[in-house]
Amino acid sequence: MALERKFKIGKPILEVKNISLSFGGVKAITDTSFDVLEHEVRAIIGPNGAGKSSMLNCINGIYKPQQGTVSFKGKEIPNITPNIMAQMGLSRTFQNLALFKRMSVLDNILVGRKLHTKTNFLEVAFQLPKVKKEEKENRDRSEEIISFLEIEDIKNTPVGKLPYGLQKKVELGRALATDSSVILLDEPMAGMNVEEKRDMCRFILKVNDELGTTMVLIEHDMGVVMDISDRVVVLDYGKVIGDGTPDEVRSNQKVIDAYLGVEH
Amino acid sequence: MMKPVFMTYTKKDLINLAVCMVLSVLVIPSFITTEYWYTSILIPWLCLALATIGQQIVMGYTGQLALGAAGFMAAGAFAMFNLILRVPDLGFVGSLVVSGLIAAAFGILFGLPSLKVRGIYLMVATLASQFFIIWMIDKFGWFKNYDSSGIITAQDIVILGKPFTTPLAMYFVCLAVTTVLTLLAMNMARGSTGRNWMAVRDMDIAAESMGVSLLRTKVQAFAISAFYCGVAGALFAFCYLKSLEPVAFDIKLSFKILFMCILGGLGTINGAFIGAAFILLFPVLLNAIGNNVFHGAIDATIISSIEQVIFGGLMIIFMIYEPLGMAKLWENIKQKWKTKFPTMNIKNLTSSIGKKS
Repeated sequence: MALERKFKIGKPILEVKNISLSFGGVKAITDTSFDVLEHEVRAIIGPNGAGKSSMLNCINGIYKPQQGTVSFKGKEIPNITPNIMAQMGLSRTFQNLALFKRMSVLDNILVGRKLHTKTNFLEVAFQLPKVKKEEKENRDRSEEIISFLEIEDIKNTPVGKLPYGLQKKVELGRALATDSSVILLDEPMAGMNVEEKRDMCRFILKVNDELGTTMVLIEHDMGVVMDISDRVVVLDYGKVIGDGTPDEVRSNQKVIDAYLGVEH
Repeated sequence: MMKPVFMTYTKKDLINLAVCMVLSVLVIPSFITTEYWYTSILIPWLCLALATIGQQIVMGYTGQLALGAAGFMAAGAFAMFNLILRVPDLGFVGSLVVSGLIAAAFGILFGLPSLKVRGIYLMVATLASQFFIIWMIDKFGWFKNYDSSGIITAQDIVILGKPFTTPLAMYFVCLAVTTVLTLLAMNMARGSTGRNWMAVRDMDIAAESMGVSLLRTKVQAFAISAFYCGVAGALFAFCYLKSLEPVAFDIKLSFKILFMCILGGLGTINGAFIGAAFILLFPVLLNAIGNNVFHGAIDATIISSIEQVIFGGLMIIFMIYEPLGMAKLWENIKQKWKTKFPTMNIKNLTSSIGKKS
């Protein structure tokens, strides 16, 4: 991280203001605010049930928070849906893998190119020249991502048949294919071994470094989080209990209490 | 993975297509002379295979459990009748396209519930199309041109001033339409359109997060599916039944198409042809066995009951052992064959039988 960055950390690109979300009587998130700066790697951490995934789902529009607003690229988005966010340039991966299981790796990544596909079904049915051109561009970009993630050898395998670690990689690839400016990663390294984790970290940093993509990630492995993120926000019981650089968060008493427990 | 050489077709596809075309255009007409084969087997096979492709698009590719293909077929058939009657300038092909579009409009209307309900509940919701369309045709005399007999004779097929009234000529009409629409369906299924359908089928929330609009994709699939069913229904009425009666498009036909789709293999185009062939030929085969082996000792009604029992059994067996249907079974057999006899170059020949168009 000491090296000079190609993409300097800039202004806030994503702002979450006073979000409250509850399911019936269960409060998942209470009055939470934080922001994400352009080109940074931002981590959301917290114990189980702290509301991290709910937070991502609110940002992405899968959940509708009862209160609060999400602003993206300086605009407050009134009726967030996953589709609107995707069109505005926000992509994501899912905690429990949400790949298209019966489709090949290449096809999964090609779906990520949806927003760069302008031709309609009639043009596709008759395979007009512009469809061929567009398809070729999308395929080339997908192949680039596949070689970037070093998964060339499995590109024609149906993803349902792949081991977990590789599926996580494909999901990252699919999010990358959208060419989004912000990617939300929901536990990208859950269930991976040390080597796979190191690989994944490398890819996350490489993407951030080479493409300038803003990364928001949820992670449990504290070592990983402290190594790769620029800033960390800590949630506990749906509330922000710490926000700052990894060092600041590490020395925050509230965070230590939440993670290690505190004597009452 | 083979590279496509023309449109989305690989070299193997083109060879298969060529073999199928030679078979269906040259071999079949010169060897089969009995009318029975055209009027009772080949023509309904092509029509129902086309409707099954429609069912495949909505069910096999987009994963929406819909049951009402026969309703859309009825819409197509009666639209065709009225178009030829009232707008003769359109011509046969024009009327066929427009009747497909009218069926597609119904498809859009009855596809809308798919946004809110899914699975078995959607199946119940789509049943409405089946009953509504048949009811509408029965209720309003205009659709039947106020014919009191209930059964209307279909007009003769005339294309560019030439009549197509012999069984062979009608077979060629069905063959041409089916071939063109099958090739278009393959293009869609293999292109970005098909990827959107399958993304919605496999994981709708992720598809939406990638920018695939669920509304547009589902409604589009329903519309295209209904278009195929509508065209198939028009051909079914004009080339096979040669008459129009709403009863011919009852729920039984919808189920038949559903079974063709499942037995053939969900999410495959060639499965539509295999499934349709199987379900059409199976009763013929059973009848032949009943007549020739038992010499009429078994009553025809019993044979048709046995047919139902065997169908039911097969459905269960397929659901358990090969949910991807006969197309997948066929793939597996080819694969085994290839590993057994690696030197024999029969793969083009064998795969072509499955992809008959």
